[in-house]
Amino acid sequence: MEIVYVYVKKRSEFGKQCNFSDRQAELSIDIAPNPELAALYVERNPVDTGIQCSASMSEHEANTERFEMENCGVNHVEGGWPKDVNPLELEQTIRFRKKVEKDENYISTIVQLGSIMEHCIKQNNAIDIYEEYFNDEDDVEVTEEAPSAKTINVFRDPQEIKRTATHLSWHPDGNKKLAVAYSCLNFQRAPMGMSHDSYIWDLENPNQPELALKPPSPLVTLEYNPKDSHVLLGGCYNGQIACWDTRKGSLVAELSTIEFSHQDPVYGTIWLQSKTGTECFSASTDGQVMWWDIRKLSEPTEVVIMDISRKGQLENALGAISLEFESTLPTKFMVGTEQGIVISCNRKAKTPAEKIVCTFSGHHGPIYALQRNPFYPKNFLTVGDWTARIWSEDSRESSIMWTRYHMAYLTDGAWSPVRPAVFFTTKMDGTLDIWDLVFKQCDPALSLKVCDDALFCLRVQDTGCLIACGSQLGTTTLLEVSSSLSTLQRNEKNIASSIFERETRREKILEARHREMRLKEKGKVEGEDDGQKEEEGALDLNELVAKAEEEFFEIVFSELRRKDAEAMKKKPKSVRTSAGVGGGSGGREGAMWPEFCLTAGVWVISSQ
Amino acid sequence: MIPIRTTLDNSTTVQYAGLLHQLTMKAKSTVRDIDPQNDLTFLRIRSKKHEIMVAPDKEYLLIVIQNPCE
Repeated sequence: MEIVYVYVKKRSEFGKQCNFSDRQAELSIDIAPNPELAALYVERNPVDTGIQCSASMSEHEANTERFEMENCGVNHVEGGWPKDVNPLELEQTIRFRKKVEKDENYISTIVQLGSIMEHCIKQNNAIDIYEEYFNDEDDVEVTEEAPSAKTINVFRDPQEIKRTATHLSWHPDGNKKLAVAYSCLNFQRAPMGMSHDSYIWDLENPNQPELALKPPSPLVTLEYNPKDSHVLLGGCYNGQIACWDTRKGSLVAELSTIEFSHQDPVYGTIWLQSKTGTECFSASTDGQVMWWDIRKLSEPTEVVIMDISRKGQLENALGAISLEFESTLPTKFMVGTEQGIVISCNRKAKTPAEKIVCTFSGHHGPIYALQRNPFYPKNFLTVGDWTARIWSEDSRESSIMWTRYHMAYLTDGAWSPVRPAVFFTTKMDGTLDIWDLVFKQCDPALSLKVCDDALFCLRVQDTGCLIACGSQLGTTTLLEVSSSLSTLQRNEKNIASSIFERETRREKILEARHREMRLKEKGKVEGEDDGQKEEEGALDLNELVAKAEEEFFEIVFSELRRKDAEAMKKKPKSVRTSAGVGGGSGGREGAMWPEFCLTAGVWVISSQ
Repeated sequence: MIPIRTTLDNSTTVQYAGLLHQLTMKAKSTVRDIDPQNDLTFLRIRSKKHEIMVAPDKEYLLIVIQNPCE
């Protein structure tokens, strides 16, 4: 039965404010009980109900606080001597020991334990349970697994105000520690109260950095000394060079004087191979490359100005963004500049003009990374603007191989230390690309999105398995690469060297061809008075242009004539005149307005 | 913990005894946690350089350090 109450409202009253009023209750419906309906039902007897008699419980979730653990060692000393024995008195201790040795319990225990122990010792002597039975089999298996990489650990910047992780350096022995330099690279946009600290992280403990380094100004680069793993070199945002000794603590051990340091942030610092292990050099966007000895950081030992016109003028100098030095070629070093040019220099040259050997240009923007191939030092990788390029020292006009233009800027790149054909690049959209030239040359073999913010720097561990990348918000991600990308494949060295050689040869051929063409052009320009030279070659530009014009006008004329003929058929009265020195674009049929067309500098008007 | 008889020098003995005593206690409690009727009879730790064998008892501990036969 439906109970319905109907009310009527005038349309004009819609939207009016409600005026509430009190009124008496109105009886809408009165339904009397009908005892006849009860006859339709039967009483239930017995009634079944389930009940439970137990303590009432409630469910509650709790998330425990993170438990901070700290590792510390325990110093074990001898103790537990009974009161009457003085542990320092040798006589007393010997006497006590002898007493224990005579104890029956001791004797029986030792005999029993001794027999168990003897059994195990004999076991060990009989068989070596960890013997490698099938040593040779490992070489045979070649697993064709897909390349993969997974994140192992993430180290976050513990500071409130997040800074970019601008440089990473692995600890030289054992690679168990990672030094990360934090700074804000946006010009003058470093937020107030931003900490200057940079940290050294222990890979086992991602919650807290092992050591904090406190420079006077945020560090842009940080490098471990490969010879002495306690010493670190840092390049500051204000141009100074600082040196730390981790045994001494977090404060700077040595600092260069401001007057003699760089005038711009130090973007590249590298340790040099020297007998003392204290020499290093640094480069900055102020156009200077300075050599230092860390024992005396008050002034640089040598300064070279990156002026490619070889005049040594600071005004013309190009700002250096990356630095490259290979210890196998100790006299040469390379500098990547903000203008997209790589300058190769010789340290041992006598005059400053001779220091700069040659330049390689090809990038449109700053070269953020520059590294020689560890297996083939003649080839080097540069990363800048939207591409990564591989160069050969022999081919100076252009790079021998390059990737396609990506959607995001490439910020850093590195070769794999174990495989000559593998290199890694990071991009501003947070992806890490792993390129394998032996596998595929046009696309990365593996492309991983590491994090949502831009990745700024990349460093591969010496074993080639672990990669650390630093991002804009200061998170350093540690990734492990699958074994197929970190073990040397069969024949890979030969294949890689043949790839590089082939590409170098191709570039050389192209270079030679370009040179020939340029010589010919020069020859043509010189020989314009000499008519004979013009006959040579159908490659004469003017002739070609004239021929092209003729052909074009032919086509247009024939088209116009065709249109005229059609129009004549339709409207025999109107007289069409097409006046023109040349041709024009085919007039639209029935067009009433004059048409202008500019073709090769010729005016055409066709009108009705 | 007092070293009774040893073939090594005192400081090494004290260090080994202290560390291995703690480890043995932990191993024993682990075995008994899993099965209360069970008990630790022997503990062997094989490292790159040598093998350390520990035979525990109620009051005493016998430790042997052996070089593997390779």
